[in-house]
Amino acid sequence: MKVSLWGTRGSLASPGPDTVRYGGNTSCVSIEGSDGTWLVLDAGTGIRGLGQNLPADLKRVDILLTHLHMDHLQGLPFFAPLRNPDVETHIWGPASTMLSLKSRLQRYVSPPLFPVSVRDLSPTLHFHELTIDMFEIGDFCIVSQLVIHPNPTVGYRIKHKDEVVTYMPDHEPMLGAREFPRSPEWTSGYDLAEGADLLIHDTQFTTEEHKSRVGFGHSNIAQAFEFGALAGVKHFVPFHHDPAHNDDQLDKMISDAVGEVAPGFNVTPGLEGLSFQLGE
Amino acid sequence: MAQYEVEVILARHLAENLALPIFIVDPEGNLIFFNEPAEAILGLRFGDTGLLPASEWSTMFEPVEQDGKPIPPEELPLVIAMTHSHPAHKRFWIKDLNKHMRQIELTAFPIIGQSGRISAAVAIFWEVPHES
Repeated sequence: MKVSLWGTRGSLASPGPDTVRYGGNTSCVSIEGSDGTWLVLDAGTGIRGLGQNLPADLKRVDILLTHLHMDHLQGLPFFAPLRNPDVETHIWGPASTMLSLKSRLQRYVSPPLFPVSVRDLSPTLHFHELTIDMFEIGDFCIVSQLVIHPNPTVGYRIKHKDEVVTYMPDHEPMLGAREFPRSPEWTSGYDLAEGADLLIHDTQFTTEEHKSRVGFGHSNIAQAFEFGALAGVKHFVPFHHDPAHNDDQLDKMISDAVGEVAPGFNVTPGLEGLSFQLGE
Repeated sequence: MAQYEVEVILARHLAENLALPIFIVDPEGNLIFFNEPAEAILGLRFGDTGLLPASEWSTMFEPVEQDGKPIPPEELPLVIAMTHSHPAHKRFWIKDLNKHMRQIELTAFPIIGQSGRISAAVAIFWEVPHES
């Protein structure tokens, strides 16, 4: 499978000369299977560029939303397949006991916040609600599970043949955990990340910044590495970069954390435009 | 051991930071966590016991009514919370591990996540002062 990063920023799109390398678009990752199946993880502003680069003969695409915060949703109405009735689009996202996924999306994708309503998008649009689930799309076997982040938020473990990618862009596994990172059974996201070949994970804050932001639902980079080590991942991609961090600061933040934690896995900074080939 | 569901992890985090005695039971009835204030009443340390199977801890404290009559399991608030999916409250007596009788009040409620499933039940309890 081929994993591509179309948007790696958290919270707010932040384009500009200081963010050219890491990119300014918010969360969006594509995964292309060897059978031609396309998964899209989150619909931040990066999804617009992805939509313009999908195969012309695409018949189906599945968008897996982790949650409905704006930075993971803002690009959705600009995703080209949603204006193409020939492409069957499936949107998967966290369930709520109060409102359907479609109704919650409609709050953003409707006037006056947006000129077009969800119901006016493609007639081949389908919605699926998730909590703890295992399901298959093409050759992919996907597990979703709620993780610690404000409002219902899921992470995804995506298996394709023998390779596993885990995606948790917004996650604070150490929240209030006195024993972190020592008790797998009491650590949010552990089952999703265990032994993953590639973990794309929240590293929004430095240790110092995190002290005044505990409970915001984001990780500091050193603890995110410790989480990756607990889960025994093989390769870690720091993701969901704070809009206040420029390219040079992110370089330093990542190299400092690697020096501090000395994780036993590869670390590749999450740069917009980067791709990873795993297996076939 | 598989990871607990996130609402159970969050319940433990809350319990760890509260001064009220709290314990958490999984759907099979195993005692999966109790906090420091609960340790003081129960006479056990969670760090020493870890998870306690239902068969072990359910008979450990010998819950009885004011008149000394044993309380059947189905009348215990935690069992009601788990089996009927609603909160329950009761005042009763337990015998701590030092064999001292303690009167407690206990409120139990189910943890029902966005999936609609019960992933655990939480009991908050406190010792009733002798003059009550």
